Amino acid sequence: MDELRKKARALLEAGEVRVVIGYGGGTGDRARAIFVREPERADELIFDGRCRQNLAIYLTRREVKELGKPAIVATLPALKTVLQLAGEFQIAEGGLVVLAPGADGSLIEFKTFADIEKYLAGAASPIDPAEQAEMDRVRAMSPDERWKYWLGQISRCIKCYACRQACPMCYCPRCTVECNQPQWIPVPSHELGNLEWNVMRAMHLAGRCVDCGDCSRACPVGIPLYLLNRVLIGDIESNFHQRAGMKAEVDYALSTFHPDDRENFIR
Amino acid sequence: MPEFEPRIVAFVCNWCTYAGADLTGTSRIKYSPNVEVIRFPCTGRIDFMLLLKAFAEGADGIIISGCHPNDCHYTSGNFHARRRWILFRGLLDFMGIDVERVQFSWVSAAEGAKWADVVNTTVEAVRKLGPYENFRKIDRAGAV
Ligand code: SF4
Ligand code: SF4
Repeated sequence: MDELRKKARALLEAGEVRVVIGYGGGTGDRARAIFVREPERADELIFDGRCRQNLAIYLTRREVKELGKPAIVATLPALKTVLQLAGEFQIAEGGLVVLAPGADGSLIEFKTFADIEKYLAGAASPIDPAEQAEMDRVRAMSPDERWKYWLGQISRCIKCYACRQACPMCYCPRCTVECNQPQWIPVPSHELGNLEWNVMRAMHLAGRCVDCGDCSRACPVGIPLYLLNRVLIGDIESNFHQRAGMKAEVDYALSTFHPDDRENFIR
Repeated sequence: MPEFEPRIVAFVCNWCTYAGADLTGTSRIKYSPNVEVIRFPCTGRIDFMLLLKAFAEGADGIIISGCHPNDCHYTSGNFHARRRWILFRGLLDFMGIDVERVQFSWVSAAEGAKWADVVNTTVEAVRKLGPYENFRKIDRAGAV
């Protein structure tokens, strides 16, 4: 933490960045995103197990962009997000400083996207055992059971769109759910519209989702959105050998193709 | 009770399958009238949401058809579509949506007989599966 605070202070003092996007103490025992703009406030930065939000979400937010060049405190999923956003031309090399604090108080400063790529290639992304168990359970169900399972889940959706708001890859200024010519997603939260919304959210993130889990954590009714994301992540890996957030270049599963892609389901 | 007549919606591309279906007609090949054909510029233009909308509007089965690989009028629309369908099928299946009711095919402008066959076999397969009740039963109170 000391390393992080020292670095943040130095960056702000030198005018190298205008804002440090990091974690600070929130209400109760929570950590929350803070935007440090004065060097003397650098000591408000914290980093511990409570710091889970993917802060890369703020990199594309206009209010934050207007503050000037940022430094971002990045967890592993946030590093992937940085690369994915770079691959989608949302951020540029040199346009930000990336700081990755370790649990042991160490700090890595990434100078280039290539350095992040190298780091990620050697880093493991463990999957929560409880979430894996839920995935295995749903996969083992019959199609009819799966249908009932998902209908049960999505009937609880209140269409608050917190899952979209929390997602660092959902940065479109105008989302399809706000389009009403035609109205792809009905406004009221009935089962049909909820189903359409959840399928659309998952599909629009196919090949782009970095599996940070923020959508699931943001959902006020606890719909396991990570399951939908991971089915697509798994299919993309097994069919196309691609993974979002591993390269700072366009390598998005649905914007590329291979002439020999599988077609055993096509007549 | 009258026999169940499946309602099949076909999303086809303008350049190959639509022309192929036209050839089926001009060749006077008789095929199942259960299909409603909707023409698109390209398979790449067929948004996955249209499939959900078709089911929501009462389709029992869906056909998606376009140019064979390397024959796309826009060079690569069908290649992109193929990737999208690989992922979409997996997602639908995981959510318990009946992917057997969705038939994908490549039918060129010269394959009038193949089009008749694709339609006929899809209609018979869906006839066996029965009406798509799951989708019809979804609550849509307040739907616009
Ligand atoms: S879809 Fe969810 S898990 Fe994937 S990047 Fe967005 S918030 Fe993270
Ligand atoms: S956060 Fe949950 S309740 Fe809100 S729209 Fe997303 S899935 Fe529905």
